[in-house]
Amino acid sequence: MNDTAMTTNEKAPRRTRPFGAGGPLTYGIALVVVALTVGPVLYGAMGGFRSNEQLARDPAGLPDPWLLSNYEEGVLGNPDFWRYALNSTAIAVITTVVAVACGVMAAYPLARYQFRLREPLFMVFVLGLLFPAAVAIIPLFILVTRDLQIGNTWWGVALPQAAFWLPITVVILRPFLMAIPRELEEAALMDGASRVGIFWWLMLPLSMPGLVTVAVLAFVGSWNAYLLPLLLLQEDMRTLPLGVADYSTEHSADTAGVLAFTTIAMIPALVLFLTMQQRIVGGLRGAVKG
Amino acid sequence: MTPALALLGVFVVWPIASAVRMSFYRWKGFGPMDDFIGLRNYERVLGDDVFRDAVAHNVVIVVASIVVQLPLGLAIAMLLNRRIRLRGLLRTIVFVPYVMAEVIAGVIWFQLLQPRYGVVDGLISAVGLTPPEQGFLGTPELALPTLFVVLTWKYLGLAVLLFLAGLQGVPDELYEAAQLDGAGWWQTQLRVALPLLGPTIRTWLFLSMIGSLQQFDMVWVLTGGGPANATTTMATYLINQGTQRHNYGIAGAASVVLFLVSFVMALAYQLLILRRDTVTQE
Repeated sequence: MNDTAMTTNEKAPRRTRPFGAGGPLTYGIALVVVALTVGPVLYGAMGGFRSNEQLARDPAGLPDPWLLSNYEEGVLGNPDFWRYALNSTAIAVITTVVAVACGVMAAYPLARYQFRLREPLFMVFVLGLLFPAAVAIIPLFILVTRDLQIGNTWWGVALPQAAFWLPITVVILRPFLMAIPRELEEAALMDGASRVGIFWWLMLPLSMPGLVTVAVLAFVGSWNAYLLPLLLLQEDMRTLPLGVADYSTEHSADTAGVLAFTTIAMIPALVLFLTMQQRIVGGLRGAVKG
Repeated sequence: MTPALALLGVFVVWPIASAVRMSFYRWKGFGPMDDFIGLRNYERVLGDDVFRDAVAHNVVIVVASIVVQLPLGLAIAMLLNRRIRLRGLLRTIVFVPYVMAEVIAGVIWFQLLQPRYGVVDGLISAVGLTPPEQGFLGTPELALPTLFVVLTWKYLGLAVLLFLAGLQGVPDELYEAAQLDGAGWWQTQLRVALPLLGPTIRTWLFLSMIGSLQQFDMVWVLTGGGPANATTTMATYLINQGTQRHNYGIAGAASVVLFLVSFVMALAYQLLILRRDTVTQE
């Protein structure tokens, strides 16, 4: 009942407000969406400041008193945490560098050169989007651990991950490279630039928004990956998601400790993605429009 | 070009080819792969009720994602595209779950959904209802819907992100013209913005479909496929067969079926829907 009253009231002053500005209803819905979205995350972060006894007494309450011990001793003072963080970082960096470097080298000819196999080759990458890593996971496990003998290493996880990120990288980058005007390239050629020079000094800087987008996506994807690391990494080589999952089963009685560990583990990807958010939306837009 | 193709060949094409080969043998992971049994692994996989249920669960997730997340994502994107205060902050907040690792989101939700001591059960009791005895994840009939709710929480951000990007591509003049013609805000959204979002929606549909078919992480953390196989997906089935029971042939056959299902759906999608986009573009 209240809602209808609100919307009819809203009609009159709407003319004075800029078109598309939100009324109370908009803010109300936005508030509900925000609460549902961040609620679980806040619960995790807050839970880390509480004791297990507090959590058992009132699962949804606020910390009282606030405890730092879960974060200090359980996570930041825990050498395992830092080892997992190092592994996650190294694997994410290798994955990103390999995927973006190979991706841009493949996307460039597919975007700028005319050759007979161009479209079929591009289709190979588009089809690659359809190969879920899960399909190849068991042979991949055998290939990496037995044939290449790089199971339980950073490269053993990073290389297959980069390979599975290639299709999306190429698919996003190609429209960026295609959108760069021919005239620029011709002008550079007139000025005596070589093909490599054009690629390095013209194409790469101009496709930077696309490169940043695919790099952040690859990094966050690797940072968050679970299935492949689960099969390939053990003990000291585990990454943070594995660490979190194992910690939560090993210390299932220590809910507060699990929540603290979980909260810290999600921060890096969150910070990276959120600082890059504007650029990523722009980057995806370029790809969708292209 | 060459490094990319080499990487793709070694780590994508070759493993997939071996999965296909493996599916025709009875192989436990050691010794030579020489016990050729033709299509028997496929017979076993397709005759296995657990696998058939897994396929059904995947299909339920695909359909439910489209029916629930598409309208919800569109509505939230349109809302966030309005000129309201703190819009930037709101947009950022909506993406948070999407950026988190699925495992990390899973661990938090696992705690929230703990029977009796969890927050969700606490809230339900507080309004006077009785939460399910075995917890939401422990009751076979409730486990899959609960899983889907958590997945929606996790992935709605992607839909909103893409739709927002699409909405920003709609020129302001169109809105102004509609406004001059006397259209209200919702009418403008439905008649003007929505049709222009077509390509973006189709991109999302594709991503959502492929993601739903491959679902593994969240299931593995929340339920491990249980209770009583009520939440198994094709991916958890093949990992279970491959790494825990060492039935590599069966896992191979399940992989091939998973691939074929994804491939057929993607192909149908390409033919029915994406073709329109490329034709109009050229």
